[in-house]
Amino acid sequence: MMLQAAAFYILSAVAVLSAFMVVAAKNPVRAVLFLILAFFSVAGIFVILGAEFLAMILVIVYVGAVAVLFLFVVMMLDIDFAELKQGFLSYLPLGGLVALALAAMLALVGFTWTMSDTASGHLQAPMPADMTNVEALGAVLYDQYVLYFQLAGLILLVAMIGAITLTLRHRPGVRRQDVGKQVGRKRAEAVELVDVKRGEGIG
Amino acid sequence: MLEIGLGHYLTLGAILFTIGVFGIFVNRKNVIILLMSIELILLAVNVNLVAFSASLGDLGGQVFAMFILTVAAAEAAVGLAILVVFFRNRGDIAVEGVNMMKG
Repeated sequence: MMLQAAAFYILSAVAVLSAFMVVAAKNPVRAVLFLILAFFSVAGIFVILGAEFLAMILVIVYVGAVAVLFLFVVMMLDIDFAELKQGFLSYLPLGGLVALALAAMLALVGFTWTMSDTASGHLQAPMPADMTNVEALGAVLYDQYVLYFQLAGLILLVAMIGAITLTLRHRPGVRRQDVGKQVGRKRAEAVELVDVKRGEGIG
Repeated sequence: MLEIGLGHYLTLGAILFTIGVFGIFVNRKNVIILLMSIELILLAVNVNLVAFSASLGDLGGQVFAMFILTVAAAEAAVGLAILVVFFRNRGDIAVEGVNMMKG
């Protein structure tokens, strides 16, 4: 129990601090790296909570794909980041005010809510005791939530097609292979038979 | 204090959420940081869902956290694609110029 508490406090301190650094960092590359750190520590918190599969997914999908995508875009775009950071101090009061108001509201809810007595009777998918997290999650996901699972796949497909069509561009002056043109070429327009006389060559 | 319960995780989620919203308001010129703030907000929501899932013994929360991960990944991909196109057209990524994208 002691170890669990220590792990929770350390991981959440790292998560909160790195989340703040994501927002406050001057250099976006550092911001992405802090985002990765935040994701790692939240993955650790998921492990404490017993959601091992989600923790692994978080590391693989977020750190492996999304954060790398962010890094790629940050490094690819040639942006003057010092100029982008200029408005930071002027927006700080409003941002702080909104954050304080939001925190107050969340605290108000957090201190007053109570769990309904009948909540434990309305579980969507009770955790089976004799299964690992991955097994149980798979049994629920491919059975009870299979329609939503397929829809999630559809969302990813739409996002993939959207991202490709958005960023695809045809530059002029770039030579590409035109298969139709190659295949449709006739002999008559490709080859010319010339009867060359000896000693004269082709004029 | 040493007994980590639901309230601790909800507090962590609330703090992460607030930092994310703060980031949206503060980094108004940099769309990349804005997208990262949205990722932080979605992460906070995931912390809440998994905390309730563990507390109630219900796997539904973890399933929905997975769907949120899916949507967040799709959102990041499309958002960054729009950002790249926007940068190609304008040469910077300031949010103030975003209304040039309307058709």
